[in-house]
Amino acid sequence: MQILVCIKQVPDMESKFKVNADGTWYEGTDLAWRMNEYDEYAVEQAVQLKEQVGAADVTVLSIGPERVKEALKKALAMGADRAVQLIDDFAYQKDPFQIASVIAAFAREKKFDLIFTGMQSQDRGSGQVGVLIAEMLSIPSITTIVDFSFSEGQIVAKRELEGGIKSIVKTKVPALVTCQLGLNTPRYPTLPNIMKAKRKELLSISISELLKVEGKQETAKMYFPEKKGGGLVLEGDVGDLADQLIKILDEKIGVLAR
Amino acid sequence: MKALLVAEYRDGKLLNSTYELVAFAEQLGADSVMFLVGSENMLPQYDGTLYLADSSKYSEFNPVVHKQMLLDVITKEQPDMVVFSHSSYGWDLAPRISLALNAAHVSEVVDIINGVPVVPVCNGKLRREVKVKTTQMVVTLQSGVFSLDVEPSGSPTVVPIDTEVAVQLVFCGYEEAETGGVDLSKAEVIVSAGRGIGKPENIEMIAQLAKALGGEFGASRPVVDAEWAEHNRQVGTTGQTVSPKLYVACGISGAIQHLAGMKKSEFVVAINTDKDAPIGEIADVFVIADLKQFVPVLTEKLVNIS
Repeated sequence: MQILVCIKQVPDMESKFKVNADGTWYEGTDLAWRMNEYDEYAVEQAVQLKEQVGAADVTVLSIGPERVKEALKKALAMGADRAVQLIDDFAYQKDPFQIASVIAAFAREKKFDLIFTGMQSQDRGSGQVGVLIAEMLSIPSITTIVDFSFSEGQIVAKRELEGGIKSIVKTKVPALVTCQLGLNTPRYPTLPNIMKAKRKELLSISISELLKVEGKQETAKMYFPEKKGGGLVLEGDVGDLADQLIKILDEKIGVLAR
Repeated sequence: MKALLVAEYRDGKLLNSTYELVAFAEQLGADSVMFLVGSENMLPQYDGTLYLADSSKYSEFNPVVHKQMLLDVITKEQPDMVVFSHSSYGWDLAPRISLALNAAHVSEVVDIINGVPVVPVCNGKLRREVKVKTTQMVVTLQSGVFSLDVEPSGSPTVVPIDTEVAVQLVFCGYEEAETGGVDLSKAEVIVSAGRGIGKPENIEMIAQLAKALGGEFGASRPVVDAEWAEHNRQVGTTGQTVSPKLYVACGISGAIQHLAGMKKSEFVVAINTDKDAPIGEIADVFVIADLKQFVPVLTEKLVNIS
């Protein structure tokens, strides 16, 4: 069974972001980078599926500059068999249509039985790439899954809907699923597995070999949102802060008047 | 400018988000028509043409079939824009439509400035204006952003639609949300724990503050996913939508999905060490402090008052 997992490297969302010089993206330097959280669930599910079926090969793919190798190495240490980096120093300028086109071009000849992606990236958050890859490959896709099972060529997945409701959906492979948080518990790579990962194949291919389409959109401008409502900001000694807050709550909403 | 609004139906009911699509079209000054896979027994209050497919025949979720019917309507109506909610239904179907139309798709629109869609980036910390290079455009709208000034009214002119496309996916029904115990939607005070509480033992500290304020405690998604709190305490689009008098967000950065679940709160207090956290945008009072130091002190003072 051939399995592909598409992952992205994103900044830690707790980072101090700065807008870049041309005002169209965030500045990439001085950020701590990690694997997109949703993609960790995708890698874990792929590795669990391999453990279930035995004869399977898991390829993990990422698009980006040199640093994305770190995210790929983590996926290898989690249990993926091989990694592919599509080298692109300007991946952030590509729109979801271009990113999906590149991955579909890579995947088309390889005939993967299952493709896993995160449901969205934590930075751009378009949530489009997974579905677009599936549509380009003419295979079914199930989005936002929080439960996955595979048996005899059929997937049964639970999709997470609003308000805690789930819907149950079945389809046959080949197929693509996009993974939501809570799908599983992503494993931490152990030291022996990190060492083992160093010997696994990590192939680098220039994105120009696969990118054949123009983008349909681009970022015109990026900025920090204005603070709305002019809320009061309090700082200082915790004891004083508590007194101030209690006074405000009492005056403004009488929530303490019980 | 003409917009095709894709309404939603769930478990036999029309979703209220349908009216956010109408509000969006009104804000743009666009003519609109509507598409719904639903039932003629529960029509939206909408003064326009409604293309209606029967959900009992085509199921409430089948992107392959819904896509084909929607494309048929698009061929007939030639809209400039196809508008979805940024919901489990919308973000699943919208990319399929955008690819079929060869149109740009902008996800999670929170504003339109001079005709340019604006979307959040990095969990809402930044905003991005998107230049669209195609004549047709597909958008999904962030929930709760666009709302009607007046109550929705009108009755639509219904145009029934059908298709014979083959099915790849089988929709097998719904699994209800876990229930039991806590109904946060009725609580007047909610103190919620976010990832910033650091470790599961600190839930107790949040629960104590909630108790001192006479309310319930809630949690953000990461806290529930880590099993530090039960799912029935989760506030957000995939948890409960709440509207208490007082909402205290402890160590919650303010991911969009969380904000959508709590922004109807009357008074919001945020406690966070990160001054740039998006929760600051909607907080009435933003306490910049380490909650592990601040919360116990606040709780103790509250207990001593009462």
